[in-house]
Amino acid sequence: MTVFDIFTNQLLNGIVLGSFYALVALGYTMVFGVVKLLNFAHGELYMVGGFAGFLVLSFLSPFIGAGWFGVAISMVLAMIAVGFLGVVIERVAYAPMLSAPRLSILITALAVSLVLQNGMLALTKGQYVPFGSALGFGGINLGKLFISYNQMILVGVAALLMLSLEMFVSRTQYGRAMRAVAVDKDMSRLMGINVNAIIAVTFFVGSALAAAAGTMAGAFYGSLWYFMGFLIGLKAFTAAVIGGIGSIPGAMLGGLILGLLESFATQLDLRGMGIPFKVGSEWKDVFSFSVLILILVLKPTGLLGKPEQERM
Amino acid sequence: MTLLELKGVSLSFSGSNVLQDVDFSVPAGAVVSLIGPNGAGKTSLFNCITGFYKPQHGSIRVDGTETLKLKPHQVTRLGIARTFQNVRLFREMSVTENVMSGMHCRTSSGIVDAILRLPSQRREEAEIRAFAEDCLTFVGLTEGWEREATTLPYGWQRRVEIARALATQPKLLLLDEPAAGLTSGEKEELLGLIARIRDERGISVLLIEHDTGLVMRVSERVSVLDHGVMIAEGTAKEIQANPKVIEAYLGVEDGEEALG
Repeated sequence: MTVFDIFTNQLLNGIVLGSFYALVALGYTMVFGVVKLLNFAHGELYMVGGFAGFLVLSFLSPFIGAGWFGVAISMVLAMIAVGFLGVVIERVAYAPMLSAPRLSILITALAVSLVLQNGMLALTKGQYVPFGSALGFGGINLGKLFISYNQMILVGVAALLMLSLEMFVSRTQYGRAMRAVAVDKDMSRLMGINVNAIIAVTFFVGSALAAAAGTMAGAFYGSLWYFMGFLIGLKAFTAAVIGGIGSIPGAMLGGLILGLLESFATQLDLRGMGIPFKVGSEWKDVFSFSVLILILVLKPTGLLGKPEQERM
Repeated sequence: MTLLELKGVSLSFSGSNVLQDVDFSVPAGAVVSLIGPNGAGKTSLFNCITGFYKPQHGSIRVDGTETLKLKPHQVTRLGIARTFQNVRLFREMSVTENVMSGMHCRTSSGIVDAILRLPSQRREEAEIRAFAEDCLTFVGLTEGWEREATTLPYGWQRRVEIARALATQPKLLLLDEPAAGLTSGEKEELLGLIARIRDERGISVLLIEHDTGLVMRVSERVSVLDHGVMIAEGTAKEIQANPKVIEAYLGVEDGEEALG
């Protein structure tokens, strides 16, 4: 393979990976924007979303098949179910803590994460669960680059979801209310906005996006695991920080950048420069979290974030 | 007809009395002013009316509905809107979006309509935008609608804030020191605007204001609050001549001059 072939291949891989990161990062960033909470349980909602999609698909596949159509239906139902789960978590675990010190609610989020993770561990006995999707292996060849239909559908669905979110936030009363609540809760109340309802909507939408990513990941990679949300949760957090936490376009951009960075960095071959070292894929997490540290040190507001203004 | 009626309202914070047995009312279609020295409890009274503070005693009725058990956003829906002493516009939103956010409580599209962006939702969105633009034109802002609101000159920001309050379609508009920081030319325009809000939109206005000259010119009734107690109520002329008011303000000697 030529360098160009490697490049296009890794570009494609990076975009696919980045789509997952972006979808999960959106929930992180939306929740942070509205309630200033780093929802460390968010990655688990991706995991639960995967299992919810799996459950729906196992019930419905005799009727609708386990191809992309079946997966799409399962995804939508999983999004709704996990969306409600997100709202329940907010009401039960976070709402009573919103006026408590920031650290308390952060610890609550970690606890929620452990509950979901260990709940699934108990249910699945720690086994990998085959997702049961039956996706085709077709695709198109562009020179030496093979793009599978699955990759195209996945990136397409992710892009569609993100576009819808952007439209929802910028062009509807609910989206405007969400931005208003993020800026000034009391002022929003004076506008007649039911702040608790808007927080619930935010959790619903964020959780549903994580579930969409979880279901697609299950269908695409073929199996589920109770621990699958942990690492992607941290990666999504990194993506949100890169883009500027609280910023929706920032989360999309950060996810994409992180996906591309990981897929390219793992191809670094230093042997050509006389250093006997080739970076393998086992190094990708090192890259991601090094970037997280760099961003936090050099530009804590991220690429698209704005510095927090303190009210005088 | 009485639009807003407070009876025996008492509010205290950890033992210190902020408002004591306040009776107060605003008739429909009137401009009423609330004056008083700093720390008299005027802004606290506003916060009680909008539902942010819950008085320990008394009753507050808007159009006959008791509001003490209601949440602030529900009070807004009854028809109460306010502006702030220090302008509080939503950052990172355009002028129009700021005003459109005020119409949240007057829209009927549900969350599902919004997510799916159904035709009915789009139509309503267009209506909201039209009404917001109408409010902006009404307060005298005819350009710069797409600019980020917090980047406008101060006097314009005040107008955007009034437009946003009008967008909630209130029956009563509370203005907290609307003339603070305005030039004398802008104050004249504000006087005209307050009169038009009442006459053309049929909205009653209650204002807190330190500029007594402005108060005397614009309001039918003036109430005076001092140390949480309503010490006088009457027409502008009666208030100016009231010795209790003069004393509360600056002490007997200088008071007359200050209120002149």
